[in-house]
Amino acid sequence: MAQIAVIAKENYPLYIRSTPMENELKFHYMVHTSLDVVDEKISAMGKALVDQRELYLGLLYPTEDYKVYGYVTNSKVKFVMVVDSSNTALRDNEIRSMFRKLHNSYTDVMCNPFYNPGDRIQSRAFDNMVTSMMIQVC
Amino acid sequence: MRARSAWAGVRRLGWCMADKVLFEFLHTEMVAELWAPHPDPGPGGQKRSLSILESIGFRVGQALGERLPQETLGFREELDVLKFLCKDLWVAVFHKQMDSLRTNHQGTYVLQDNSFPLLVPMASGLQYVEEAPKFLAFTCGLLCGTLSTLGFQSLVTTSVTSLPACKFQVVIRKP
Repeated sequence: MAQIAVIAKENYPLYIRSTPMENELKFHYMVHTSLDVVDEKISAMGKALVDQRELYLGLLYPTEDYKVYGYVTNSKVKFVMVVDSSNTALRDNEIRSMFRKLHNSYTDVMCNPFYNPGDRIQSRAFDNMVTSMMIQVC
Repeated sequence: MRARSAWAGVRRLGWCMADKVLFEFLHTEMVAELWAPHPDPGPGGQKRSLSILESIGFRVGQALGERLPQETLGFREELDVLKFLCKDLWVAVFHKQMDSLRTNHQGTYVLQDNSFPLLVPMASGLQYVEEAPKFLAFTCGLLCGTLSTLGFQSLVTTSVTSLPACKFQVVIRKP
């Protein structure tokens, strides 16, 4: 079970995909609540004296069923990934590489002249990439 | 083996040089097309052409603002973003860095380029100063678009006193 969401800098969703398809509302709600944690981490990054300006935010918060990971780009677009807690085989650097792939695909979508920044993402290439990532996670 | 790698080296150099020249030609044609006298001119005239060029530059800037900082870490403050514009953005588009960046630390920045590549082929001195603004509109939009992706609303204006030097004044609007 997993969900991947891309959220614009104004905090509305650009893309949400989850498997399985039922209980989608619960996933939407989880992504929404995780935005608070993301904002907290971003503002902590700005004030911290440590030179920790990483884009990968790490584990945002664990619940008993799921783990939520976050990543923010330089343009304040956030990627949120929700995975099943029982899936302990997933390591940190695998999550990092998945976020990097997401970032690359999102940049490709942005560079597409037919895409209007701010619209929902409807690119088939992006969909295929997310599908292959979901298969890897589940 | 050596011949093949030498050929690959030449091709790579050829691609780099071709990028720069292709962009300059495309830009020249864009300006020429928008300023060509039309038998049936639409409403707005020259101002509309300027805003079309700016909006094209804006969209390109938005995409570059996403692609170029991809590997770098987060920007800590406004000045870092402006330095990124002067170094990385200018090198990526014009293959040189901006010559000087000045600020009043209150949201206004003046970026000066002493030999702006899009103006260099035109003249060196006071000739064609009135024609220069239309060749700078795309670049104004480019700066505006990149700043907008990185989270800043801005107003970019240009001033040219003698080609090919030009100044871009960027005013960051407070939210």
